[in-house]
Amino acid sequence: MSTSFTQAPGGKAASAPLMGSEAEPTLFELSVPGRSAYQLRTTGVPEIALEQLIPSELLREEEVAIAEVSERDLVAHFTRLSHRQFSVDLGFYPLGSCTMKYNPKFCDEVANMPGLVDVHPATPASLSQGWLELLVELEESLCEVTGMAAVTLQPAAGAAGELTGLLLMSAYHRARGDRRRRILIPDSAHGTNPASVTLGGYEVTTIPTDERGLVDVAAVKAALDSDVAGIMLTNPNTVGLFEEEIAEIAAAVHEVGGLLYYDGANLNAILGVVRPGDMGFDIMHMNVHKTFATPHGGGGPGAGPVAVSQRLVEYLPGPRPTRLADGKYGYAVPEHSIGRMHSWHGNAMVLARTLAYIKVHGGDGLRLVAERAVLNANWLRKRIAEHYPAAYDRVCMHEVVVSAGAIKKATGAKALDIAKALLEEGFHAPTVYFPLIVDEALMFEPTETESLQTLEALAQSLERIVAKAVSEPGSLAEAPQSTPVRRVDEARAARQLIPTFDAR
Amino acid sequence: MQIPENLRYSSDHEWALVEGNRVRVGITDYAQDALGDVVFVDLPSVGAEVAIGGVIGEVESTKSVSEIYAPVAGVVVAVNDEAASTPDALNSDPYGSGWLCEIEISDPAALEALLDAAAYKDLTDH
Repeated sequence: MSTSFTQAPGGKAASAPLMGSEAEPTLFELSVPGRSAYQLRTTGVPEIALEQLIPSELLREEEVAIAEVSERDLVAHFTRLSHRQFSVDLGFYPLGSCTMKYNPKFCDEVANMPGLVDVHPATPASLSQGWLELLVELEESLCEVTGMAAVTLQPAAGAAGELTGLLLMSAYHRARGDRRRRILIPDSAHGTNPASVTLGGYEVTTIPTDERGLVDVAAVKAALDSDVAGIMLTNPNTVGLFEEEIAEIAAAVHEVGGLLYYDGANLNAILGVVRPGDMGFDIMHMNVHKTFATPHGGGGPGAGPVAVSQRLVEYLPGPRPTRLADGKYGYAVPEHSIGRMHSWHGNAMVLARTLAYIKVHGGDGLRLVAERAVLNANWLRKRIAEHYPAAYDRVCMHEVVVSAGAIKKATGAKALDIAKALLEEGFHAPTVYFPLIVDEALMFEPTETESLQTLEALAQSLERIVAKAVSEPGSLAEAPQSTPVRRVDEARAARQLIPTFDAR
Repeated sequence: MQIPENLRYSSDHEWALVEGNRVRVGITDYAQDALGDVVFVDLPSVGAEVAIGGVIGEVESTKSVSEIYAPVAGVVVAVNDEAASTPDALNSDPYGSGWLCEIEISDPAALEALLDAAAYKDLTDH
């Protein structure tokens, strides 16, 4: 019997085809027993058996199943995967609600400065004044952007920020001997809102959206009583519309002693134009990785600073970086702090990028970001309205939700099919089927970073896709055809969830 | 879109098969089509008392999570464990093997409030 070396496990490690439909092998499939990505020099230090150092009853009986690959093969594997990925650096990524804007390399450069990167978070305050100054200055900048009194930088990302906000809300009411159980949430809200409410120990009361696509103010007023701890609102909301009656809602909620929570996921639309603090909000989180540009989405990490009004400052997580009387920096724990929400200072590298982004734009630059994001979304809304009418026919903010309901009725092609066909056109798919209240929803968020030419190219692709749906009924169900991975069986992945790879 | 004549319907897209004082409940063909591939079904407990419009379970698809509302009031006397273990039955056979639970009703008169096939067809056409 002859041996084929290329059939040996490591044979494909540095030669798997990049193009075509062949699947990239997993690291376990590339694994060869005994191969490793490191070697230790002969040191002269005597080797000691593991059993002599650790009691044998604490040692594993089986070897840990870890892929054994060389550094060369490992790098080839991940480089191939990265070439098969779509990313914000590669092209237009109109994934609504996620704000996948192009991230300026300048921010990466700042965040990678050795003076920031090489500092251990446990370094005493006296030796990490630069970092503390950066964090304090970021807190102050975010207060300016939001119109709030103070900020905690700890929460790891948006959902962690929501939980932080609800714990602050709970602490505020408890300090008043007030046991409130309900939080109001519009039916268009991000799915994380009701999840955070439940995790925070509250019950959800759902508020309907009216025919304009805005929160039904009468329904809010009808639901308000002394059992309501607060309301969570996204403004502009998830259908990309500005809640016009926000001042009226704020007054009504405050009148029954409730607090207003602002989901800042869509902050990109209002930077430098209006401020949640001025609208009457008490708590808000920001997804700074979206609005202030950090690569995110599978790539993470994010950061979800939470800003609060004056009456909630004493409950903020601590210790907080603080400017001391002598101009130096240290730490302080708020008097009735809810405690830590994250170790150290949260995801500090994302926070460093955030400050870099804010500083390089300045106040007028940030306003321009919002204005151009809104202009782009409205240009696209008008441009594609013939086949993809907006779910609510109004001027939108930074994103537009259109319905493919009419296309589905006429041709059978669903929003999902259109999204898959767009991949073939070289675009990342928009968000589909969100918000749930819109039939066959497609949600486009061009952000301020895409040019008019790119928007026009997207519009033409969308037209080609409709034309194909009409001329070749059923063909879009086969899209995409030319991507490295075609249509993933999402249903099977959820029905037969296997989160680990069995190497044996 | 199938809308069997022998069933009654709620405006929330549940169907009800009435057999004496037992009512079998499921989601309609229209509902399963709108939800897309169902990946998880949460059923009520046998013995649970339910009110009209009360939540009796949850259907999760690749698109969304939706609550199932009781079209009638009464006591849950049987649940379809098969549907919980093979949720695709709700897509492939919503009126058959994809049924969800059976409720013993306390007030048969309340059935009159449910839609007949013609009225439900009218609802889904708009």
